[in-house]
Amino acid sequence: MEWFQKVKRGLKIQKKKDIPDGLWIKCESCGEIIYKNELERNCWVCSKCQYHFRINSAQYVQVLMDDGQLMELDPDLTSTDPLKFKDTKKYSDRIKAAVQKNKMKAAVRVGAGKIAGRPLVAAFLDFSFLGGSMGSVVGEKIARGIRHAIEKRCPIVILSSSGGARMQEGILSLMQMAKTAAFLGQLSDAGLPYISILTHPTTGGVSASFAMLGDVNIAEPGALIGFAGPRVIEQTIGQELPEGFQRTEFLMEHGFVDIIVPRSELKEKIATLLEFLWDEQA
Amino acid sequence: MNEFVLDFERPLIELEKKIQDMKDFSSGEDIELSQEIKRLEKRAEKLRAEIFANLTPWQRVRLARHPKRPYTLDYIRLIMEEFVELHGDRRYADDRAIVAGLAKLAGRPVVVVGHQKGRDTKENLRRNFGMAHPEGYRKALRLFRLAAKFHRPVIVFIDTMGAYPGIGAEERGQAEAIATNLKVMSHLPVPIIVSIIGEGASGGALGIGVGDRILMLENAWYSVISPEGCAAILWRDRAKAPQAAEALKLTAQDLMKLGIIDVIVPEPLGGAHRDFKAVAQVLKGKILESLEEISSIPPERLVAQRINKFARMGSIVE
Ligand SMILES: [Zn+2]
Repeated sequence: MEWFQKVKRGLKIQKKKDIPDGLWIKCESCGEIIYKNELERNCWVCSKCQYHFRINSAQYVQVLMDDGQLMELDPDLTSTDPLKFKDTKKYSDRIKAAVQKNKMKAAVRVGAGKIAGRPLVAAFLDFSFLGGSMGSVVGEKIARGIRHAIEKRCPIVILSSSGGARMQEGILSLMQMAKTAAFLGQLSDAGLPYISILTHPTTGGVSASFAMLGDVNIAEPGALIGFAGPRVIEQTIGQELPEGFQRTEFLMEHGFVDIIVPRSELKEKIATLLEFLWDEQA
Repeated sequence: MNEFVLDFERPLIELEKKIQDMKDFSSGEDIELSQEIKRLEKRAEKLRAEIFANLTPWQRVRLARHPKRPYTLDYIRLIMEEFVELHGDRRYADDRAIVAGLAKLAGRPVVVVGHQKGRDTKENLRRNFGMAHPEGYRKALRLFRLAAKFHRPVIVFIDTMGAYPGIGAEERGQAEAIATNLKVMSHLPVPIIVSIIGEGASGGALGIGVGDRILMLENAWYSVISPEGCAAILWRDRAKAPQAAEALKLTAQDLMKLGIIDVIVPEPLGGAHRDFKAVAQVLKGKILESLEEISSIPPERLVAQRINKFARMGSIVE
């Protein structure tokens, strides 16, 4: 009994030492204790092991957009529950909870803003909102973002972070793949550049539609990128997957990612690519 | 004979067999026996209507997977006059899970692409159960481009449990292959008629499924994920597949209501496997009708209409 209490107390003390008042954060990869402000300055990348912490769409806006500004387009578009879908929970309740938790109405933020002084449309999928899954609203907002870029004759940057299509909207989710790809075809016809940024994770219906279709595909280091999820593949083939399978570096090796860019250099790299690709029109 | 029979069609199949046996036995002179046959035939008709008028979504999924169901090559044989299969993606390999080629439909040259399942274990190994690798989607892409170059309509048959989830498929870019097809198909300047003939699961189905008219057989299913896959993720139990099939709204009638498909192609009572020729003739008629509706639309407008069709799909609140 005494021993148990001791351990418990010990744990408590250690925990306190780990994260005193949320000022310090422990790296999920190497265990390094990092000062939160420093981590934030470093775009949420561990300075010791370069582990990229998963961040939400608001944080990505801060990292990439000039002055952290994004003029959101259609921020109020909301999911309905067209199938009246219920598994262990009602889909409508899942949406409500996600809206409340994330203080946004959908799993993507789309807006106009600037990167290094260049006006463009940017979209940020948000994994913390139902796994960044693409249902009708995500597809529609991406499509409208692309249309906005065509109308304004400016480039578009889409940052993906998604487990794929949203099952609870059934076939309607699947069709968002066709919708977004079709609109990207129009963007190509208009001669406007699209830079796709793949972050951890980008799989399923999102990777198999707009995320893989960039004029340039950029990926953050170590991100899981693929069509099928690793667990499904393991179950199908009945063997363990090799180390590094479906990670950014693997995708690069097999020819599906153009550049691996650490988060702190993303903004600069996007600006350079856009300068190389496209002359801004007056 | 070692017939494959689904549990819910068994009472009917057994009754039909009994009738056949009696017919074989009867010389036609035995009035009592002929009356009994007549009586049983009436009962069979009633039973058939009872079983197949109110199929659950899960029963339809199982009918769509019936190993005797007609596959893409059966429809090509029964619907088209000639067919020259073309092989390979000119990049890596020839994926037998997708067949593609040039054919004639009612005297008119067309390009045909479709998933192909195997009839037996040996063929299924060769065709990977109709689950394509990237090279299958890239073979299809090559044929789509060929169709555009020579102004030929494209006829697609969808029948897959999904794109294959394997190591090689990921190494060779399954996601990129499907994504590229979606983009190219949405802009292809020739008519595309898609028919879902059996199973249509996820990106593996949609990867050759963007078209001007989407037809679907009465007992086919089409969904963002297979019922088993959905049950495994959301219920954490594959055995909940029947519930998932219900929840996903994957039947032809559901998809018609959701604005995803344009035509439901009726099957013979009991399912397409009961009469290949009959279902092929009906499907042929619907494909020709659909083609007729759009074949005079100029390419630019056709593409704009196709993009619009998919742009409208979805459900949102402004
Ligand atoms: Zn670290």
